[in-house]
Amino acid sequence: MTSSEVINLTEVKRDSTFADHLTPAGHLLRTCIQCGTCTASCPSATAMDITPRQMWRMVVLGLEDEVLRSKTIWLCSVCYQCHVRCPRGIPLTETIAKLKQTAIRKGIKEWRESTNFYKTFSDVMRRYGRMREMEFMARYFLTTNPLAALGFANMGLTMFMRGKIHPEIPQLTGEGRLDKMFQRVAELEGWQ
Amino acid sequence: MKYLFYPGCSMDASALEYKTSMLAVFKALGAEVQELDDWTCCGASIAPVISDLLGLAMPARNLAIAERTDGGNPLVVGCSACFTNFGRVHAAASDSAVLAKINKVLGVENLTYQHKAQARHMLDVLANDFGLDAIKARVKRPLTNLKVAPYYGCQTVRPYATFDDAQHPTSMARILEALGATVQHHSHEATCCGTALLTTKPHTGFEIVGQILDAASGADCIAAVCPMCHMKLDSYQDKVSGVLGKQIRIPILFLPQLIGLAFDLPEDTLLLKREVVPVTPVLTRLASATGKTSEVSKTSEV
Repeated sequence: MTSSEVINLTEVKRDSTFADHLTPAGHLLRTCIQCGTCTASCPSATAMDITPRQMWRMVVLGLEDEVLRSKTIWLCSVCYQCHVRCPRGIPLTETIAKLKQTAIRKGIKEWRESTNFYKTFSDVMRRYGRMREMEFMARYFLTTNPLAALGFANMGLTMFMRGKIHPEIPQLTGEGRLDKMFQRVAELEGWQ
Repeated sequence: MKYLFYPGCSMDASALEYKTSMLAVFKALGAEVQELDDWTCCGASIAPVISDLLGLAMPARNLAIAERTDGGNPLVVGCSACFTNFGRVHAAASDSAVLAKINKVLGVENLTYQHKAQARHMLDVLANDFGLDAIKARVKRPLTNLKVAPYYGCQTVRPYATFDDAQHPTSMARILEALGATVQHHSHEATCCGTALLTTKPHTGFEIVGQILDAASGADCIAAVCPMCHMKLDSYQDKVSGVLGKQIRIPILFLPQLIGLAFDLPEDTLLLKREVVPVTPVLTRLASATGKTSEVSKTSEV
């Protein structure tokens, strides 16, 4: 998908209820006037394959597959600029979290360097109850792209020498600090 | 004044100097601060992506502990991501069905969130509880001739903050002026630092940080009020310079470190040697203004 590609709506698979499932905006997305304030406000818009304005239109049109496989959702850094500026008052930013969530639940293969960030962070959070920055980064790079870690090695060394990061021994077995909370959430929401 | 304090994961680790300097400044201004017992991660921007309910239960767990703590004192946070999560769950729990669902989760930790506790950002407390007059009265070494660029980042002021404008905030500039500093205004004071993008989509992240550093580059240093903003602006300047095509090297200090310098608080609370970009030029400039040399400015760079 690119921002200038033409989509023939009679030929593609669509789910017209897609927008309604996307909390918190839901049906409010149908009030979008396509003004483009979201795109103009987004610090990452230039790196996106489809612009935020285009993406919200595609959501309303039910182009679920194209949206969930887009690079766009993973370039949102949750800065809420589109949210506060939207003239329709649509809570766009938090709805992108729901798009990310849906893409991960559906097991999309694209953008693993992003999906893995969320999965690894979540696992560290569950296990220790708090972030462990060094273990998180080590596990993230090892499971995503070990070679990319080399590019950050120099910076990591400086941070280590400044006392900013501390190596801690991972505890990968036994009960995690927030296992019970995670399990209860999974039971209540019906996922694993 | 008494406060409960939620440090969050970063202020207890990579941004420890933010915590120690904030606590020292609060103490110097006469506040008593108690750290929240048994706190856990607020969920960052991660938990809402994993699950709707987890994204609410993670911050709610800490608010429930705050409500249970004696005194009912206001909860202060320094991390803008934590601040946003506490604001988000407070807004969502206005719906009693959502609140009931959150409490079904917190039951496993024997906690109940009553929808009473709310978090305040450290910047809000400094500007509005202590106020500019109290801050000004405590200054011993004005930051004369120091040009400071305020950087609020995004979630400090939107969407849940009510203490400042969501797009054109001013509270930090007023504090810097009270310290005697010269405020260097710029176009990127309330833009996003890129956060996770610096790891997951580095080139885009470096471009975003580059725009901020470039906009603020006329200043002697940048003042930050979020551990995530600080890390992204401070730690990646070599890589950002490569993407920008020009060398940028500007010290990033947490606002309480700058307040601490103006209050003449001891180095063991300000921890100025922890920044990746050395703050030595800032200390040299201050020393030349006051004729006093500091411990750190005499130390050679790592």
